[in-house]
Amino acid sequence: MSDTRVTPAGPDMPEESYAYSEKRTRELTKGQVRRARILGVVMLVLAAAVVLLLIPGTTGVATFDLSLSDEQVQLAPLAIPSTGALYILAMVLAFLGATQFFRGFQGKATIILGISFGVFVIAVMIWATAGEQFNLTSMLVSTVARSTPIALGALSGILCERAGVVNIGIEGMLLGGAFTGVVFGSLIGGWVGLLAATIVGGILALLLAVLAINFRVDQIIIGVVINLLILSLTSFLTAQLLVEKPEWNDAPIFPAIKIPILGDIPILGPVLFDQTIMVYAMYVLIGLTTWFLFRTRWGLRTRAVGENPRAADSLGVSVYKTRYLAVIYGGMVGGFAGAWFTLGTVGRFDEGMTGGRGFIGLAAMIFGAWNPIGAFAAALIFGFSDSLQQKLAIIETPIPGEFLAMAPYLVTIIVVAGLVGRVRPPAADGQPYEKQ
Amino acid sequence: MSTQTPDSLKSPDLPPPSKGRLFFTQLTTATDWRTALLIPFLAVVMALVIGVLIIMATGSSFSEAMNAYLALLKGSVGSLRAISETLTAATPLILTGLSVALAFRAGLFNIGGEGQLLIGGMFAVFVGFSITGLPWFIHLPLALLAGIVGGAIWGFIPGFLKAKTGAHEVIVTIMLNYIALRLVDFFLKTEIFQREGRNDPVSKNVEASSNLPGLLTAIDPALRVHAGLIVALLAAVFIHWLLFRTTTGFEFRAVGANPAAAKYAGMSVGRTYILVMVIAGALAGLAGTGQVLGVLDRATPGFSAGLGFDGIAVALLGRSNPIGVVFAALLFGGLSAGGQQMQASANVGIDLIGVIQALIIIFVAAPALIAAIFRLKTPVASTQISKGWGS
Amino acid sequence: MELELRGITKRFPGVVANDDISLTARSGKVLALIGENGAGKSTLMNILSGLYTADSGEIIIDGVVQHFKDPGDAIAAGIGMVHQHFMLVPVFTVAENVVLGVEPTVLGTVLNQKKARTEVRDISRKYGLAVDPDALVETLPVGIQQRVEIIKVLLRGAQILVFDEPTAVLTPQEVEEFFGIVRELQGRGATIIFITHKLKEALAIADDIVVLRGGKVVGTANPATATPEQLASMMVGRDISLTVDKSASAPGARVLELDGVTMVDDYGRPLLDAITMHVDAGEIVGIAGIQGNGQTELVEAITGLLQLAEGAIRFQGADITRTTPRERHEMGIAHVPEDRNHVGMVGTFTVAENLILDSYYGQPYSKGIRLRPEAIDTSARTLVEEFDVRPPIIENTGSALSGGNAQKMIVAREFSRDVPLVVCAQPTRGIDVGSIEYIHEQIVRKRDEGKAILIVSTELDEIFALSDRILVMFDGRIVAERRPSDTTPAEIGLFMAGRQA
Repeated sequence: MSDTRVTPAGPDMPEESYAYSEKRTRELTKGQVRRARILGVVMLVLAAAVVLLLIPGTTGVATFDLSLSDEQVQLAPLAIPSTGALYILAMVLAFLGATQFFRGFQGKATIILGISFGVFVIAVMIWATAGEQFNLTSMLVSTVARSTPIALGALSGILCERAGVVNIGIEGMLLGGAFTGVVFGSLIGGWVGLLAATIVGGILALLLAVLAINFRVDQIIIGVVINLLILSLTSFLTAQLLVEKPEWNDAPIFPAIKIPILGDIPILGPVLFDQTIMVYAMYVLIGLTTWFLFRTRWGLRTRAVGENPRAADSLGVSVYKTRYLAVIYGGMVGGFAGAWFTLGTVGRFDEGMTGGRGFIGLAAMIFGAWNPIGAFAAALIFGFSDSLQQKLAIIETPIPGEFLAMAPYLVTIIVVAGLVGRVRPPAADGQPYEKQ
Repeated sequence: MSTQTPDSLKSPDLPPPSKGRLFFTQLTTATDWRTALLIPFLAVVMALVIGVLIIMATGSSFSEAMNAYLALLKGSVGSLRAISETLTAATPLILTGLSVALAFRAGLFNIGGEGQLLIGGMFAVFVGFSITGLPWFIHLPLALLAGIVGGAIWGFIPGFLKAKTGAHEVIVTIMLNYIALRLVDFFLKTEIFQREGRNDPVSKNVEASSNLPGLLTAIDPALRVHAGLIVALLAAVFIHWLLFRTTTGFEFRAVGANPAAAKYAGMSVGRTYILVMVIAGALAGLAGTGQVLGVLDRATPGFSAGLGFDGIAVALLGRSNPIGVVFAALLFGGLSAGGQQMQASANVGIDLIGVIQALIIIFVAAPALIAAIFRLKTPVASTQISKGWGS
Repeated sequence: MELELRGITKRFPGVVANDDISLTARSGKVLALIGENGAGKSTLMNILSGLYTADSGEIIIDGVVQHFKDPGDAIAAGIGMVHQHFMLVPVFTVAENVVLGVEPTVLGTVLNQKKARTEVRDISRKYGLAVDPDALVETLPVGIQQRVEIIKVLLRGAQILVFDEPTAVLTPQEVEEFFGIVRELQGRGATIIFITHKLKEALAIADDIVVLRGGKVVGTANPATATPEQLASMMVGRDISLTVDKSASAPGARVLELDGVTMVDDYGRPLLDAITMHVDAGEIVGIAGIQGNGQTELVEAITGLLQLAEGAIRFQGADITRTTPRERHEMGIAHVPEDRNHVGMVGTFTVAENLILDSYYGQPYSKGIRLRPEAIDTSARTLVEEFDVRPPIIENTGSALSGGNAQKMIVAREFSRDVPLVVCAQPTRGIDVGSIEYIHEQIVRKRDEGKAILIVSTELDEIFALSDRILVMFDGRIVAERRPSDTTPAEIGLFMAGRQA
């Protein structure tokens, strides 16, 4: 609408100043040029790594199975001559790097960097599999499974932080959910375990909400305390109860349920549509929460409270109530996600078994720019690195297992270091609201 | 001009002062020393009461729970041996507590004590076993220095990333904890570190010349309290001096309380973040060093044993004041030493101590909660050190 | 609707913000509530809007006593509040902001975006308040954001509209448009309460004027007969001079020189656009402009807090473009920052510590890395005395000081240094008249000592009272240069709105 501008500029001015600022943008990007160069160098280093580290001594054919043994339609395995493929990939990386270095991809540079890392990971997989067999589909199946608690953890964080409450207690909520899930799952049944885990997550969130919203305690401290409390408490209860009563720590595992028709699609079928109920629940929760946040009255109010609580308050939207609801919903999602570790995989609880997945979920939340879909995509990347290291460890690569196990943590650091500066968190995130 | 200027009405009409940094007012200005001591005391009482309920919830009777606490008391101060154990346990806690407290003062949350402690310990162990034939007065300082350097390196990473990219130190330090754990696992299985003839991950023993000498071994060789305690106390004095008597500490505190004002005053906020994390890392590294040179004589997987996390509780209970940290560390050292006794003689798991510590932090961090429970009429500020994920 | 307040009293720890306030606002009339910052105006309107609850007293609308527990109650009673700091969510669209709290929905949950847009358009048309319902609020100029606020309260059926300092961020032309909107609303029978400290505006638009001072109603006035001087002395409680006594300037050597200084934001839009200007010894240069036209960036460029994209800055002939704030501080640039509480001081530090905030590292306050507490305290006691900081207790924390005294503390720190250039941003924003007078005197004294002074202020009165030369900033550029004797506030106002010289 043109009539919204109040400040009429002189007739000759707008065009000129527009052209002027255009010129500026191009000239003043010395910093950006440097960044583009650095990214280019990173890609060239990846190319060099493929040539110098991966290619020497690599021979034979890398065989990637594309079908699981129990599938009806069996696809032929993908046989890749390793040396040739590595050379091609190295050339791709070198090309991308050189282009980025000299010309720059400008706005698309980050995407190109992501692609480069992807290409490099493929190179590593080919190198590791050279002369051996590796089931790609089975790795993707476990990628989706392993990204489930991360995506749900991220979702838990998103719900809290969109309302303006930082939740770094997700790890504790996961652990609490895992423990409760196994105890109730063992005693009564899987579904009750799931329900109990969800409730425990909600209770922990209530603790977070009371301390953060009413008592205005530093939200990061509460999160850390919830993590410490639950780690100690579950360890204590494991030692006091589960060791003496092993039957309390032996829950049924949710089986994978194949969705008719969709589940029969090669590759995609087993990866996406032959999973446990928890994976399906994740799909639903991600979709539902996105819809809730961006399409409903509740979502609008939640986001308003996370961006400018005083504005919401001045319009009669209860900041406390809205925050409580969002945080408790978030906590329940966290507790539910925790049940995945026991009821979704092994059926038993071990001390500290969540191994930092809650924090990785937080990184996924940031990586996904506080958006459920984005966070899910980020969680898939973490799930991939998690499952890749498991599978590579099995086929005995020369990389020590400890280093493979570090991968998700390193990726997390890279994510928060590289991207947190450019995505904008909710404006009131982490700030207690003081009602006057 | 009358003293009652209209300006004196400023509080209601101006926007409220920076909400972000009230934590420090509460931490640093103990206007009333009774309040300053009362809240931590009541926090400990409340945590112990809830501890009883938890013990009873696992099927024990009230008298069994009381027996457990009696064992806890005996194990912490009931004998010379117990006191020695308390001091031994308090030694690393003083250092990790200082590490967290120093970072708090500069507005940073160092949850990376675990990792810094592990890396520092590994550096010290390496110097401890790999060099032979040196006199103790050269070897021991060298090993201590190695530990300091190791921890400082591990602290530098999050400080550097925070300063240069805005990466939130909480996530980075937590990730570095996990990475340090894996690194220790890896190195303990390498030829350099692994003890000859062993398949399990355990390092070689450090040379006697790099050991921190026992302080009471003249009375009884079983008394484990060692010279690391003196190192820790000296560190507390040093940090107190650094924070309150030097220009560096002035910068740390200014950056922690108001980074915008610090920048305006010509201080480099990024450089301060890096320096603070390096010193915080060094302190935690020294804690790990004390453990391997004074208590364990070697490194084993996960020898950090949660001491880095306990440092958070110590720093909060000690109100981020170096002197307060020493006393808080003594209390938690007592809990930890007593917890061993409790596990052994009353069959109540030592993890309960972790639960009690977490509860103490909750009550200390939420003084209003304590005030509400005990109906105290003391002014209590909110605790707020962080501002979400923005740099 | 008729609004009556009877004996409203509100206490905060240590102060009585509203003391037995009674007044009446009539339907179809504009009531101006005037008073200085800190007179209790904002408290009163927070009570009206349901954000605060009065300790005693009654709010009566059309003869019915109201009890507001929260803002929702006030809205339901027909009170609409347009806050000084707009209560908008920047990342939301206009429509989302307007319907927040009264969202049109399908089945009670799903937002009806289409209906929200229609509702905004309807009100836009009815009252002539043009806005695009789909525009993101953060992209709109403040004048339009204010319209969004007005639409918000109209949508809620408000018939009593309360405007808190509505013209503070508007250009003189936008103020005229705003007055047009007020008259339109008035014509439709709305009750308008207009809170301001600008006397001329109150006289221009109001039907009734109520003056507040120290939380009390000190008088009422009829705009047809009252003069600004009468109102001013009622507001302040004594006769005040709106001018500063000063002699003609005697400019000396060039101290500060900016040449083509350019700065851009993250998206490449210019914040400062090829600024060329200078300040000489012994003169006060005043930068006028509506807030947000690049003044903040200009000051930060000069003091080294922001780096330039292009251009050069020279100080006493030396190129300082690439130097750090610390280096410029040491070369002799003093800086009174615009944001007193968040930049100028550390609230939790003592007055003594705040007084050495930017010179703690050198003589006499430290030796090596050791601080010297005796030297720090001695100097602090002298400065507190000399610059009349009250209470003169150097162990108090900075945040315990009132706005005026905090500013005097900052001025003490910066003015006590014998340096060639002093940059003062908004030196008297939001502080009491006594402190304003004192600080103005100090600035003129500094000039008479032969120092170069750069003042940035959004208050045109202050610019005219202090400056020897006025530069006007608009949209990151210097659009005009005038001597106060050769121009009028009206002309400067036009430049502030973007007219080219």
